[in-house]
Amino acid sequence: MNYHWNWGIFLETIKAGDETYLSWLITGLGWTVAVSLCSWMIALVLGSLVGTARTMPHRWVARICNGYVELFRNIPLLVQMFLWFFVAPEFLPRDLSLWVKQEMPAKEFVTATICLGLFTSARIAEQVRAGIQSLSRGQRMAGLAMGFTLPQTYRYVLLPMAFRIIIPPLTSEFMNIFKNSAVAFAIGVLELTFQARQMQEDSEQGIETYLAVTLLYFICAFVANRGMAWIEKRTRVPGYIAAAK
Amino acid sequence: MKHGKEKIMKHGSRLLLVLFAGWLAATPAFAEEIVGTLKKVKESGTITMGIRESSYPLSYLDDNQRPIGYHIDVCNEIVAAVKNQLKMSDLKVEHQPVTSQNRIPLVSNGTVDIECGSTTNNEARQKQVAFALTTFVTNVRMAVKKASGITSLSQLHGKPVATTSGTTSVQLMRAHEKGNHIDFKEVYGKDHADSFLLLETDRAVAFVMDDNLLAGLITSSKKPQDYAIVGEVLNIEPIAIMVRKDDPAFKKVADDTIRGLEKSGELEKLYTKWFLSPIPPKNVNMNFAMSETLKELIKNPSDASAEAYNKKK
Repeated sequence: MNYHWNWGIFLETIKAGDETYLSWLITGLGWTVAVSLCSWMIALVLGSLVGTARTMPHRWVARICNGYVELFRNIPLLVQMFLWFFVAPEFLPRDLSLWVKQEMPAKEFVTATICLGLFTSARIAEQVRAGIQSLSRGQRMAGLAMGFTLPQTYRYVLLPMAFRIIIPPLTSEFMNIFKNSAVAFAIGVLELTFQARQMQEDSEQGIETYLAVTLLYFICAFVANRGMAWIEKRTRVPGYIAAAK
Repeated sequence: MKHGKEKIMKHGSRLLLVLFAGWLAATPAFAEEIVGTLKKVKESGTITMGIRESSYPLSYLDDNQRPIGYHIDVCNEIVAAVKNQLKMSDLKVEHQPVTSQNRIPLVSNGTVDIECGSTTNNEARQKQVAFALTTFVTNVRMAVKKASGITSLSQLHGKPVATTSGTTSVQLMRAHEKGNHIDFKEVYGKDHADSFLLLETDRAVAFVMDDNLLAGLITSSKKPQDYAIVGEVLNIEPIAIMVRKDDPAFKKVADDTIRGLEKSGELEKLYTKWFLSPIPPKNVNMNFAMSETLKELIKNPSDASAEAYNKKK
């Protein structure tokens, strides 16, 4: 294969301008991290609420929340991106719709963050539900028998245990959100994948570009993993989960 | 019996060794005649053509998923010339679909021998691959909705302008922005169809891209009469058939074929067939007149890169 290698390409300036390719990738990384972290906030809050609601004794609340989870879990992420970006604004009144489409600040970023946040919240809801349901029924009964109200039972008895149990699947989910954020390039967020395509087209050094981007994604996911492992360690209750030390 | 078989095998391997030695000795002489891609084609009995799936009307798939188009016709002529030169009437032609992301790696790693798509010949790419004589020229301009009344780039100040991510148009827009102190909001589609959707749904007031692609998108849109291609030419881009770098013998076959087509008037006929007559699959006429630059190139063939056409900037 007669490929023309050029590892110095990252320090070279782009064709039209005086930025370097490295600065492109760094801006891309910045957006990737921003989209991922903001979506994670949305996902964690909504996912916990919905997941908890699914285990409540109120039948209809649980049903609505089940519907929510199924809706977001069963549609591919890319399709959801397009639905939020291209379809949703069409249902707004004409003037507002035009504002959203043309004037709204950082519209691609906002859309992508909401979309990825909701998508991930459905997955977290499922894990939270599973976590709560894995506790023996006696825990809930004991809480109520002690005179706690239902919210108190959740707050002081069920959730502290459930969340500790689901830290490992949540870790995967947190790592996934960085990787899934790549889909945001499809609606024009200037994140890492977008910049990679841009750089490969501009520089024609595709292999170096994608290797560098792979490494950056790997670092993101790895840092996320280590961060969660640290939280897992900090919150561990000795003797509670039979974790091998 | 068993012994006999073993003997034959021993004998056979010795024979192979002799043949191999002979081949080694013969190779230098052989190499002087046929090298590079031509040698690869001769030895494998196949030539692999890189094709695009939707680069109308240069290279795309028809209803039966067969590659057709202006550049496919030109490439078929080149393949015929290769057949002739190698005296291989049974040369097999394989088609490998490529994208704008993978076309250059696939040509340089040998998967594709000749890429017949819509690739701009520019300096950065010439570091990786080589180009045959330019066979098409595109101008980077913008498509707008006629109702918007926009006719020039200067009217785009503060407005959202669409282009396709990972294409050279993005850089051109930025350069133009800087040079003319215009500040527009760039919005990106992931492919040309998406970018056109941005224009169609009023997320962008203009879509900056190669004019032949814009013409194709407009022709196949729901309301072609609503759109127009307007404004200054941001860049002139020579589009050419792509071959491997440092393979002058193969490039010569391609260039000679194209030169022949240009001299005989055959290339103009092909142009009329694909750009000025109804074409499959919808039987729509793109009505895309030949640019002055291409007319000039037919008279004086060249394989100069895009930079040579846009020096004045």
